Amino acid sequence: MKWIALIAVCLTGGLLIYGTVDMPNWGDPTSPASLHVSPRYIEKTVEETGVPNMVTSVLADYRGYDTLGETTVIFTAGMACLLLLRRFGK
Amino acid sequence: MITHFYDVIIQTVCRLLIPFIQVYGLYVIAHGHSSPGGGFQGGVILGASFILLCLSHDLQEMRKRLTRRTILIFCSLGVTIYAGIGFVCLLLGGNYLDYGRLHRILPVDSVAARSLGIFGIEVGVGITVMAVMVSIFLDLASEEKVREG
Repeated sequence: MKWIALIAVCLTGGLLIYGTVDMPNWGDPTSPASLHVSPRYIEKTVEETGVPNMVTSVLADYRGYDTLGETTVIFTAGMACLLLLRRFGK
Repeated sequence: MITHFYDVIIQTVCRLLIPFIQVYGLYVIAHGHSSPGGGFQGGVILGASFILLCLSHDLQEMRKRLTRRTILIFCSLGVTIYAGIGFVCLLLGGNYLDYGRLHRILPVDSVAARSLGIFGIEVGVGITVMAVMVSIFLDLASEEKVREG
C-alpha cells in the first residue's frame, strides 16, 4: 500500500512539473497576464484614482470587493476565536 | 494573574517606545497612498503596540486603556466603515464601492474623491485588523479568566 501511495505521489509530482514547462517565463512581457488588464492599470491609475501607489489602487479600488472580503475574513476569524476561547456567563 | 513581576527597565523602555510605534502605525495607514503600506500593515503595527503593552505590563494595565467592549466595537466598526462607504456610493447613484460618486457630498472632484474613498476604507481595514489582533491575543493570554471589562 505504501508503494502505491509513493508511486501516485511521484506520478502527480511529475505531471505537475511537466505542466510548468508550458508556463510563460518569469516577467515575460508577452504572457497573457501582462497583456490583458495590467497595462490598463499601469496607464490609468494616477489618472483615474489620483493614487501614486499602484498596489493600493488595485487593492482598494479596482479590486475593492476582494479587500472587503479579506477584512470580513479577519473579522470572522476574530469572532471565531472569541467564541471558542472565551468563557461566557461566569 | 502575575503582577509586580516585570522588570523596571522593560516597563520604562516599552512605555517610551509604544507611542512612537503607534504613530508609525498611523503613518503606515495614512501613507499607504504613496508608499508601501496600507490598512493591513498599519493595523498590524498598531495591534503589536498594544500587545507589547500587555507583555511588558499586565492585562489589567491593558484593560484600563482598551476594554473588551471597546475592542469588540472596534472589530465591527472597521468592517462597518468599509461596507458603509460602499453603501454611501450606492445611495449616491453609483455602483457598490464606486468611490468616484463621493464627489457629490465631498467638496472635491471625482478623482480626489476616489483617493479619499481609498483612504477611508484603509482606515476601516486598519481598525478591524488592530482590534482583531488584540482580541485574539487577549483571548489566548488570559486563560479564560478575564472578567468582563
